[in-house]
Amino acid sequence: MALATNRKKKLWPYILLAPGMVWLVIFFIAPIVKLVSTSTQTQGVNIGEYVQSYRFANFIDAFTGAAPQFFRSFLYAGLATAFALMISYPLAYAIAFKSGKWKNTLLVLVVAPFFTSFLLRTIAWEQILGEQGLVLKTLRFLHILGPTGHLTATPFAVVAGLTYNFLPFMTLPLYASLERIDPRTLEASGDLYASGFTTFRKVTFPLSLPGVVAGTLLTFIPAAGDYVNAELLGNPQTKMIGNVIAARYLQIVDYPGAAALSFILMATILILVLVYIRKMGTDEVV
Amino acid sequence: MTKTSRWLSKNLIRIYAVLGFTYLFIPVIYTIVFSFNNSGKSNLVWRGFTFNNWRNPCGAADVCNALGNSLKIGFISTTLATILGSLIAFAVGRYAFRGHGFINSMIFLPMATPEIVMGSSLLTMFIGFGVNPGFWTIVIAHVMFCISFVVVAVKARIASLDPRLEQAAMDLYADERETFRKITFPLVAPGIAGAALLAFSLSFDDFIITNFNSGNVNTFPKFVYISAQRGLPAQANVIGSAMFLIALIVVLTAQFVGNRRKTTA
Repeated sequence: MALATNRKKKLWPYILLAPGMVWLVIFFIAPIVKLVSTSTQTQGVNIGEYVQSYRFANFIDAFTGAAPQFFRSFLYAGLATAFALMISYPLAYAIAFKSGKWKNTLLVLVVAPFFTSFLLRTIAWEQILGEQGLVLKTLRFLHILGPTGHLTATPFAVVAGLTYNFLPFMTLPLYASLERIDPRTLEASGDLYASGFTTFRKVTFPLSLPGVVAGTLLTFIPAAGDYVNAELLGNPQTKMIGNVIAARYLQIVDYPGAAALSFILMATILILVLVYIRKMGTDEVV
Repeated sequence: MTKTSRWLSKNLIRIYAVLGFTYLFIPVIYTIVFSFNNSGKSNLVWRGFTFNNWRNPCGAADVCNALGNSLKIGFISTTLATILGSLIAFAVGRYAFRGHGFINSMIFLPMATPEIVMGSSLLTMFIGFGVNPGFWTIVIAHVMFCISFVVVAVKARIASLDPRLEQAAMDLYADERETFRKITFPLVAPGIAGAALLAFSLSFDDFIITNFNSGNVNTFPKFVYISAQRGLPAQANVIGSAMFLIALIVVLTAQFVGNRRKTTA
């Protein structure tokens, strides 16, 4: 009897894990495996038919064909992450330490824009900054922009769109780690004659690092793979790797090429993430 | 220091926060304002105020069909992902077992994978097995990417529980099942509700993965994306604004009730 309950206890976690893990293995891991095997296929007899021929040169072809978009994606995602951090940190700080009884309401407001579809918000930006919008007319009237100058269809607009769309993913983890800081540690620092800035540099910021790591990852990763912002706010010279993959899949139907690019993107991001986590010295992200 | 500059430096962070929220809400306000536009064919310039779009939210072709699909997909995938994710969170948060690290990476990986990679690889597999993408392939995909977020949210709630509460229940001769039913679960429930809300908003708002795995089935984000090329009907603004207001009311009411309970208890 005792043995049976003991064995049952040992089995419990696995019983709880099983359904969700099976789902992830079938619909996340297996597709990635399928993706990798597709990436080395070549065109078969019929159009749209691909056969496995272990052609690893597919990776080189795919990469050389899309290298500019590839580097551009990481540049834009990096810039958007940096801007999002600069905007979010003071915001998260204000919510965590200066908002009093409004704290929970403000937190809801950070997430609230999510509920209008992100596509609607991106299109709203497109129209606010676009040819018919007030902002452009004002800037032209003030001669800050020439009569042919514009804001949309520029790299600026794409980076701004990425920054805007993933901002809550940065703010929330930052808030979570700032909120956990005991205010007494900050007071102690002040008692030891540290200035406000020194306190921030030596106490607050280091203690909030887990939030910085989680926030930058949650912003950078989706931004690097995004193609909606580049499509709606950019021009043909601002295409990102996501645009190339989507076009190869859905329009050109070049599955091996698209699969090879997807794999390169995923592998690059994973390597960057692992290096970054190790450098920042936080292993418990989840 | 003059009075104004002292006031400025004292309130700098608050001013900054106000600016930050303004930035967050500009497009939301724009969307709401233009839902009242007497737009005619294109909703680009202001042509006067009207309630017509709100009175007739299904007025644009296919918009309500797309919305209906998004809501159905949202509810089904939220339910499944919340159950599967919460079970995992309890296992990870409450038990010591072999393979803890492996499970953690399995939870982390989908969050570290760009949507386009998940969407395209899932489509590759569906095509490989001759499955036609449609309603259920979207549900499958949404459950898959929501699970990790549910696990993280519920796990955080479990980790914040005071273990003494459960010990107290056991001391009062509650058995394990009773302790779970009367103490642990009610305490974790708000975390599960929050996770479900997060899952629903992720599912409802998803475009990239859905676009790959939807075949001919239309969803609200897909509708917006496709019609954006020829000018978005004002009905899309109505639905976006309504979703925003409903969600805001639900969350703020839940919070208000929660606060009341805390103060009266």
